[in-house]
Amino acid sequence: MEIYLPIADMPVNIFLVLAMGLAVGFISGMFGVGGGFLMTPLLIFIGVQPAVAVASVTPHVAASSFSGAITYWRRNAIDVVLALTLLAGGILGSCGGVALFTWLRTLDQLDLVIGLSYVILLGVVGALMVGESARAIIRSRQGKRIELRRPGSHTWIHGLPLKLRFKRSKIYVSAIPVLAIGFIIGFIGAVMGIGGGFLLVPMLIYLLRVPTATVIGTSMVLTFLTMISATVLHAATNHLVDAVLALILMAGGAAGAQFGAHAGKRIRGEWLRMLLGLLVLAVGLRFASQLVLRPDDLYSIRFLGGAP
Amino acid sequence: MIRLPLATLVIVVLLAGGGRAICAERLVVSLTNHRVMITSSYTGVELVLFGSVERDATAASRSAPYDIVATITGPREPVRARRKKRVLGIWVNTESRTFVDPPSYLAVLASRPLDAIASPEIRRRLQLGITNIPFPELVHNDVGEVSNDPFRPALVRLMREQTLYSEKPNAVTFLAPTLFRASLSLPAQVPIGNYAVDVKLFAEGALIAEADSAFEIVKVGFEQFVVSESREHGVLYGMATAAMALLTGWIASIAFRRD
Repeated sequence: MEIYLPIADMPVNIFLVLAMGLAVGFISGMFGVGGGFLMTPLLIFIGVQPAVAVASVTPHVAASSFSGAITYWRRNAIDVVLALTLLAGGILGSCGGVALFTWLRTLDQLDLVIGLSYVILLGVVGALMVGESARAIIRSRQGKRIELRRPGSHTWIHGLPLKLRFKRSKIYVSAIPVLAIGFIIGFIGAVMGIGGGFLLVPMLIYLLRVPTATVIGTSMVLTFLTMISATVLHAATNHLVDAVLALILMAGGAAGAQFGAHAGKRIRGEWLRMLLGLLVLAVGLRFASQLVLRPDDLYSIRFLGGAP
Repeated sequence: MIRLPLATLVIVVLLAGGGRAICAERLVVSLTNHRVMITSSYTGVELVLFGSVERDATAASRSAPYDIVATITGPREPVRARRKKRVLGIWVNTESRTFVDPPSYLAVLASRPLDAIASPEIRRRLQLGITNIPFPELVHNDVGEVSNDPFRPALVRLMREQTLYSEKPNAVTFLAPTLFRASLSLPAQVPIGNYAVDVKLFAEGALIAEADSAFEIVKVGFEQFVVSESREHGVLYGMATAAMALLTGWIASIAFRRD
């Protein structure tokens, strides 16, 4: 069944988009990521203009992460204080990111910078996660106990001042690295048009030693708050949010996130991290191949707007 | 003495023009639909162009059949064509050209292949066929035609791949010697706006009559409402979308609750 998208100016198969929302929603619920880094390339692949795709994915990510967050809230697996501290840094980061975005666009090389940052970020993060989780799996196979929280292994991060106690996560760290992580996520999210959950989760685990119990729920709350504000900002500035497209994506995504969150509970932490790492790495490689392989067509066209 | 040649010229021109006016054939065309409405179930539309050649008493009898060339031009929009080049192992857009307002939709329908209808010189002068339609470019803040620019065929090729440009030499059929029809199928991704239909009648390689028509593609109902709301009340539209996101998320968390 085809339905015409009023802002994207094209008809799409409603079941195809619904299935895409469901699949990406499942992944986002399972790993506690927004799924924007998967959904945006998928939409561009079926022919939606990149700008409309980025803008319309934000409400979809908001719905998925809100639905997931409720589930984690019921399970009491959210550290609200940590999420709000991260958000404070995130708002500052978004402002910086939007400024860089605008500057790069005037240089006419925004696409290249976005492509390169996808490759570098996804490649590095994916490789790190796969490596770490592989070591954890091997260790557990050898019968050793997995100690994600090694009390003695305090890094320089734990020596910083302005310490705050995040009761729900049972951590006592300085506010500086928390705000900094929030800033980085907000900055990268604004430049690359992604929620940044796939970066946030490993950062919270490896840098702040947030326990696996609260990391995904907390990440979902942050993703949902940033994406809600991004939706309003996109709609107010670019007028490119396609509400019909967003609604179809949401309907699939919100349902998928529920199933994903339940599936995620049954998989052991290190395997979950391994799967997410592989997924992130695969998307990174896809972007790398686009940059490195000779394109089928050296020419491309872009409508500069102006038509009613 | 100076005025005399000028006056003669005027008379000659008037005679020539008058000669044209009393010329034998007249072309009458009509479209099945002048307003294509885009609704939520829109997946493209087919329009039919009808036409008739009206001959009066003075019309000379033609030994060869008539030929028709119809050119449908969509709303104009600037387009940038870019070419990639390998830089340090990565494919990067290095060169680009900006085309000033090329048609966003272009279809040339004819009753026979264009080279059989008129000579290359006439086709060039009358801008018949995609190759003869000018695509001015923006060159150093100046607008002009660039001859042999490889970006021009690239633009036409890419537009053809998206079925936005097409040239169909057998799309016009004569139902009777003076009555013809042509069907025009507009793809789903056609840009909205005003479309001009220009129909030319040829006989024995010469243009003998012209007629034009037009149609518009508009969004109506819910589609139009969404577009105008998103443009005029951006913040409100954004908040409504955000509220929709929260509601969907909340409903899903209840509907699929497994705890």
